[in-house]
Amino acid sequence: MEQEYVIEMLNITKRFPGIVANDNISLQLKKGEIHALLGENGAGKSTLMSVLFGLYPPEEGVIKKDGKEVKINNPNDANDLGIGMVHQHFKLVECFTVLENIILGVETTKGGILQKDDARKKVMELSDKYGLAIDPDALISDITVGMQQRTEILKMLYRDNEILIFDEPTAVLTPQEIKELMQIMKNLAAEGKSILFISHKLAEIMEVADRCSVLRKGKYIGTVNTSETTMEKLSAMMVGRDVNFHVEKAPAKPADVVLSVENMTVASKSHKKNAVNNVSLNVHAGEIVCIAGIDGNGQSEFVYGLTGLEPLASGKLVLNGKDITHDSIRKRNVEGIGHIPEDRHKHGLVLDYSLEDNLILQNYFEERFVNKFGFLKRKNIRDYANKLIEGYDVRSGQGPITRVGSMSGGNQQKAIIAREIERDPSLLIAVQPTRGLDVGAIEFVHKQLVAERDAGKGVLLVSLELDEVLDVSDRILVMYEGEIVGEFDPKTVTEDELGLYMSGAKRDEVTVK
Amino acid sequence: MTILIQYTLVYASILSLVALGGCFSEHSGVINLGLEGTMVIGALGGALTMNAIEGSLPGLMVVLIALISAALSGLVYTMLLAVAAIHFNADQTLVGTAMNMLGVAFATVVVKAINLSHDSSNVSAAVKYRTAQSYFVIKIGSMRLSWFMIIAFAAVIISFVVLYKTKFGLRLMACGEHPQAADSVGINVYKMRWAGVLISGVLGGLGGLTYIAINNGECEFNTGVCGYGFLALAVMIFGKWKPQNIFLASLLFGFFRALSSVYMGIGWLNNMHIPNAVYIMLPYIISLIVLALTSKNSAAPKAEGIPYDKGAR
Repeated sequence: MEQEYVIEMLNITKRFPGIVANDNISLQLKKGEIHALLGENGAGKSTLMSVLFGLYPPEEGVIKKDGKEVKINNPNDANDLGIGMVHQHFKLVECFTVLENIILGVETTKGGILQKDDARKKVMELSDKYGLAIDPDALISDITVGMQQRTEILKMLYRDNEILIFDEPTAVLTPQEIKELMQIMKNLAAEGKSILFISHKLAEIMEVADRCSVLRKGKYIGTVNTSETTMEKLSAMMVGRDVNFHVEKAPAKPADVVLSVENMTVASKSHKKNAVNNVSLNVHAGEIVCIAGIDGNGQSEFVYGLTGLEPLASGKLVLNGKDITHDSIRKRNVEGIGHIPEDRHKHGLVLDYSLEDNLILQNYFEERFVNKFGFLKRKNIRDYANKLIEGYDVRSGQGPITRVGSMSGGNQQKAIIAREIERDPSLLIAVQPTRGLDVGAIEFVHKQLVAERDAGKGVLLVSLELDEVLDVSDRILVMYEGEIVGEFDPKTVTEDELGLYMSGAKRDEVTVK
Repeated sequence: MTILIQYTLVYASILSLVALGGCFSEHSGVINLGLEGTMVIGALGGALTMNAIEGSLPGLMVVLIALISAALSGLVYTMLLAVAAIHFNADQTLVGTAMNMLGVAFATVVVKAINLSHDSSNVSAAVKYRTAQSYFVIKIGSMRLSWFMIIAFAAVIISFVVLYKTKFGLRLMACGEHPQAADSVGINVYKMRWAGVLISGVLGGLGGLTYIAINNGECEFNTGVCGYGFLALAVMIFGKWKPQNIFLASLLFGFFRALSSVYMGIGWLNNMHIPNAVYIMLPYIISLIVLALTSKNSAAPKAEGIPYDKGAR
């Protein structure tokens, strides 16, 4: 008798020290369906998939393949059962060719020598069959992220995997590439492959998945048919309450120019071209300007140039009418730049310091925190920290003396936001401020950004998430290969239109306003 | 002129053998800074063996047994690195440095102990193998070539084939570049790293034997191998971790080393009256310059030196 389910994970429980990552979770995958696994960060999606892929053994529960119980102790077992996975961070060897990456681990040899011709034939057949365009002889380091992902998919198909796991596959793609991927997933399902699709993006799930299972805080909430539900219902299942997707804000009232960037150029550390090439823009008081673009198009270097983390090759920075081009990082901060950095562990916090010490990193040298002999005024610091912790709802185990490294990502981010906003900067630079945060924390961050704007500050937001770009900003500038290639009004522009600019397919001349 | 070529080839053989050893280890993801010490131990194994069996066996057998014992000594010695670096996540730079110090000290102690036990007034750390050494020589015309050149050249070709044409090579390099990727396709990273390190031990040991075979049938162990292990690392880096380039790089470095041995026989060089010390320093200075200029766009395996932890994601 034909089994309805190809894979069943029944009553899976997986504990890590101090936390139950998966608490009695069941998941049933039908043959030929696209099954979405939805949940916030830390809901246990990745853990569950790692159990299925043999990376962690579960403490309780059974896994069945075609109705028969199986043990999966390592990725080889998973592969033998026809389970393949496209990891969120690709597992590709950069200095190997596409073909070498595909055959790695399942090479055919003759007399000890690698035989690549048969493999190439099979790869090209698969590539044609499923519309996965690749160049088998290109090095991974030379190809686009989209093609890298197609290489990962071909890796699974080359191994004749029947059950394909996609772990957050759209996070790194442009809107156009996402559309292509959706089509590819549909083709694969039509050919009888069964797909598990991990995501927290509701729109994608609604578009491509047949059914959706929702996890919340390690627990199984339920499984629904996407045809019978709505995005609102799914999100309520995911978060446990109704969430407001749209940031509520009044129209912007841009006033004087806060920051003026004139012809900024920043050299690249990794290649010969400039990372930021001749960029000019203005940020006005009372508006949120967003730099949109695909990761690695110079946004990071642009911010490094602004904040002083990297020197400018040429150009001029003017903050509130003062030239700060050659000022030190501290001087820029004191002059009125607040910076919520992209990498909060590297540039935002000293993880081994206490929360209170992290909260005064930007102003410990002020008279209220240090006496004239250079000793810190501990009591004032504690009071200041307590005020911020309360005001910004920073939650931690031991209050001001908590080691920051032990706090959750959302609360680490809140601590940075508290520190930066409390200094009352005239320009707030927020780089991917919601990266890795759950829906509740994202709401908080967005509210803070809008509140700063309404308080008459200039806000410069750098984001890779199009939802965020369209929702939060008052003006969108698209950056492609280190240059501003388009300016848009978020109220009138579409995601597709932005995508064309982000991928370099279109560009305009942009005049500085 | 022939003598310059002859010496260049001798030194190039040492350097390419050892550099290839480093190349295998690093492609698997483990930095073997202990090549210097590995050479000393390989040399010790080879020298003691030759000393013991010379004269009692036919020449070809002596050659073979000396090679095997040098290779085995190197292999056993690098197990230290393999265990520490692969299983205990030790800092590979520190382990390598310790191996270098231990190598010379261990060899000195062993040789002195042996010498003393034969003759209580002999406190030297030298091993003699006059007869055995002559077995390694192949005369072609006026050139005195040696087995080692053939072995080194063969090692270059075999390394090239193994790294770029076999399944083993593909998997080995995957472990040095992206061990998580290798693991996710079912490759045992620990096993491959063991293989890489042990191969470096074998080649390092052979390099050590090559090094002492150029002496006059006697080796003083308390001076070690005069930084040849490190020169070989420079050769490896200059050769961009590729066997074919390593071969050319070792010829270049070998040439400069050979100059210091033979410049007195070359009229115009001798007439320039440059102090001998300058020639002796040349290979080391060249390696400094070369590394300063080339190490920026390095082609080093990405994951080298980073212990592989299966649990980390």
